Amino acid sequence: MLDPIILLPAAINGLTMGAVYALVALGLTLIYGVLHIINFAHGSLLMVGLYGAFFLHRAGLDPYLALVVMVPALFFTGYALQWSVIGKASHGSDQNILLVTLGASIVIENLALYFFSADTRTIDTPYSFEMIDLGVALVPLPRVIAFAAALVLAAVLWFLIARTDLGRAIRAVAKERQGARLVGIDVDHIFAMSFGIGTACLGAAACLLLPMFYVSPHVGHVFVLVAFTVVVLGGMGSFSGALIGGLLIGVTESLGGLLLGESLGQMGIFLIFIATLMFRPSGLFGSRLS
Amino acid sequence: MNARLVMAAGLAAALAVPYLVRSDFWLGFLITVLLFAVMGMAWNILGGYAGQFSFGHAAFFGTGAYAAAVLHIGFGLNPWLGLAVAALAGGLVALVIGYLSFRYGLRGSYFALITLAFAEVLRILANWAEFTGGGVGLYVPLKVGIANLQFSGKTGYYYVALGFAVLSLAVGWALEHSRLGAQLMAIRENEDAAQALGVDTFACKLKAIALSGALTGIGGGFYTHYYLYIDPGIAYGPGVSVEILLVPIIGGLGTVFGPLLGSAVLHGAGELARRLMGDAPGLNLIFYGVLLIVMVRFMPEGLMGLVWRLRHRWRRVADA
Amino acid sequence: MTRKDSSLSRRHVLAGAAAGAAVGSLGLPAILGAQPAAIKVGILHPVTGPLSYSGTQARAGAQMAIEEINAAGGIKSMGGARLEALLADAQSRPDVGAAEVEKLNEAGAAAIVGPFASGIALATTQAAARHGIPHIVDVGVVDQVVTRGLANTFRFGPGLKTIVDTAIGNLIKINEGAGKPARTVMIVHEESAFGSGMATTLNAELPKHGFEIVETIKHANPTRDFSNIVLRVQARKPDLLIPSNYYDEYVLFARALQQQRVAPKAIYSILGGGASSYKFLKEFPQAASYVMDCNHWFDPRKAQALALKEKTEKRNLFFTYEVFLNYSCVYLLADALERAGNARRDAITAALAASTLDRHVMPYGPTRFVNGQNTGAQPVTTQILDRDIKVIFPLAFASGNVVYPIPERLG
Repeated sequence: MLDPIILLPAAINGLTMGAVYALVALGLTLIYGVLHIINFAHGSLLMVGLYGAFFLHRAGLDPYLALVVMVPALFFTGYALQWSVIGKASHGSDQNILLVTLGASIVIENLALYFFSADTRTIDTPYSFEMIDLGVALVPLPRVIAFAAALVLAAVLWFLIARTDLGRAIRAVAKERQGARLVGIDVDHIFAMSFGIGTACLGAAACLLLPMFYVSPHVGHVFVLVAFTVVVLGGMGSFSGALIGGLLIGVTESLGGLLLGESLGQMGIFLIFIATLMFRPSGLFGSRLS
Repeated sequence: MNARLVMAAGLAAALAVPYLVRSDFWLGFLITVLLFAVMGMAWNILGGYAGQFSFGHAAFFGTGAYAAAVLHIGFGLNPWLGLAVAALAGGLVALVIGYLSFRYGLRGSYFALITLAFAEVLRILANWAEFTGGGVGLYVPLKVGIANLQFSGKTGYYYVALGFAVLSLAVGWALEHSRLGAQLMAIRENEDAAQALGVDTFACKLKAIALSGALTGIGGGFYTHYYLYIDPGIAYGPGVSVEILLVPIIGGLGTVFGPLLGSAVLHGAGELARRLMGDAPGLNLIFYGVLLIVMVRFMPEGLMGLVWRLRHRWRRVADA
Repeated sequence: MTRKDSSLSRRHVLAGAAAGAAVGSLGLPAILGAQPAAIKVGILHPVTGPLSYSGTQARAGAQMAIEEINAAGGIKSMGGARLEALLADAQSRPDVGAAEVEKLNEAGAAAIVGPFASGIALATTQAAARHGIPHIVDVGVVDQVVTRGLANTFRFGPGLKTIVDTAIGNLIKINEGAGKPARTVMIVHEESAFGSGMATTLNAELPKHGFEIVETIKHANPTRDFSNIVLRVQARKPDLLIPSNYYDEYVLFARALQQQRVAPKAIYSILGGGASSYKFLKEFPQAASYVMDCNHWFDPRKAQALALKEKTEKRNLFFTYEVFLNYSCVYLLADALERAGNARRDAITAALAASTLDRHVMPYGPTRFVNGQNTGAQPVTTQILDRDIKVIFPLAFASGNVVYPIPERLG
């Protein structure tokens, strides 16, 4: 029943959607790699970014220009959240971090519900229906932009971590907290910086996602499990891993949907996830930070 | 001796509750507390004693719930027997998931994530399969009768839930005083050292997850017959997993009474939030989330930790 | 001492009551007498969690009706007793819904209106039945809601079977009216109760009427990307596309269809998330144009409906089916109270069962309940024409002429 002609465009759709997953997962992999925590608040923070971009658009700012505002804004949000709430309340134990990020996500989500109501909101941009002809498929312009941006963001993060003093400190903390403390690194500050940078990535992801998606108080749930899958597949803490993992998951989901049906096809993502954990728990590219 | 007296008094009070609490709302509240105390203990066996954090207890809950529903609706199985089958089904799924995860040496967040993924796979399968009713879910026909595990009031359900809660406490107590319990705690503290000392860590962890799965499965079966409706989101959604793991972590990991205490305080906090925060959508959950963070901030060892600290301080005062 | 006081106060009360009766008999408003006790009505919806948009809309509809009824003098047969809303939140979960019913019971709710979703309705109607609380179900389309023999349950809106049967009937008329241009059909539906139920019935019924279903695609909630589904629509080239989705997915699907320039002869939604939504029309006027939808819809001939629409929009809310269905449900309850003459639950239940209310905003005719289902309830087929939502079926109150097959709308 399957028409082979649509396999190629479907793969391209998968790649562009995968780039979106990579965008969401890049920040998560950094947080995971450094703090070794399962950050339940990641989806809610993406939602915060989407609302930010949405209201800036309403105020007349194009979502792509809103990057300049949203990236620093979410950096400070993330920094403050880790510094003043997560770090303080969790006493450094894993199960407590889990509870605190969970609590934070409940608070953030329902603040959005309270202030913005449950409306699903979308924006209309002049380029929403602009199509790029790739020969075998027509791809909406916002997706092409998101794809390019995912590559750029992964490169920027790689440079930041591999080539700067801050990056060296982050890597040191990721590898050995006590040792880093002994050599005079302010570990709490580095934790907050990592969380801030990870959250800033969500600011970028939100601006790139908004022209092709919607925002509602619950939109975080739509992406958060996929983001975890991407992080595990790529190797926790690996940016190139998150990028390629995202693309792989996107293609898997796309082809899985074609072969097994859109409903059952979702299983492909989780089967890959399980297989990775069982056979290659360090991910395709190993963990770069720790 | 003293502790035994307190426990006997507690049990007597619990038995008397339906005669003292005339409110169906509060009786229903207590049923929920007891149900989650049972499943919290289930999680505690694996997460608290053995140190293996699961994010996917929905896999066991949902399997128990569906086993009870499918066998009752499709094959007319008696619901009481259905609860036993739910336990069996939950335990079996747990064994499979445990075997696959522990066989490949997954620990810590890796184990947490793989359990989450298994629950999601089951959710997708339940949505797809015919015999689960797909996305429509399954409805248990309304037919009140004790043989049918359907009661006209809340009292019957309360006693059933209380029975399982007592069972879970007994399981917890027995585990704490058993060889297996000691082995699990050794695994929690240092798995490699435990192995070096001759503990068969793989077998021990499998026993823990099977026991945990069976107890959670009972909870799922009870849910089905209490609410008479189950669908893939309720059964296997991440929400259940989170709700179950919150209970023992808030109550106190690796303690016998932690889950019961945690369940009471968590659901009490949820209810308090609803009563205090009025009708505006979301406000109550904001309050609940803040409360959760504050509890962790000031009670990092859970409620049982707080109890111990207070008792310790009281003893010191008494001694002085 | 105490005794004297109490007898004194009793005499005062008696005097007050006599004065009140006297004033009442003079035809003056009973301001001087004691106000009759307010009648507590449970308004139970999922205002948090994934269904919170629908829940909030539904609550707003019920509240507007309560305000109107109170402003018009309350329940006259009960001395102008006012309705008091007890707002409750099911948090998008059946178990919480059931617990809220217990709370409403203890707060003294005379009746309950809600709770939007079928899964929640199954739990809440049953919990309410244990206390004999009359429960008016606003939406809850799954047929099991009214087939379990609960005497307290009254569903005002149509059930899934009625909706799909009507949708098919209207579709056949539309197609025959245009000389049967459509033969092949493709169905894209969400996987939960209403989407799946609809797809099953369509697959059984449509082939009997000469349609060929070329493909049925079931998708998850949420689905993040509809590009592949659109690719398959493109490959199959169906004459008719029948979507049935929640709003979020509908938006993504419609956008992808427009991007890929897919133009079947008609898009005929059944309980579609967007095609009978003013919000969708406002935000995606191009993608929305000419889309047809068989869904809950108000009666555009009724002045009360148009007034409600205006009032809703003044509150910066979209006029969605949750609003007008719940508004009508509260009027249904008020009418029953009026006839019962007291707020006893069994009296209200009996009055609801005998209800013949026409003062609602739906095109149902007077209500008539058989086994808890309002037999007059029916969906309406609408089409988006001239940037407005027009009723095209039933013809009795159509406000627009069907445009089918649809003209080239994308360019």
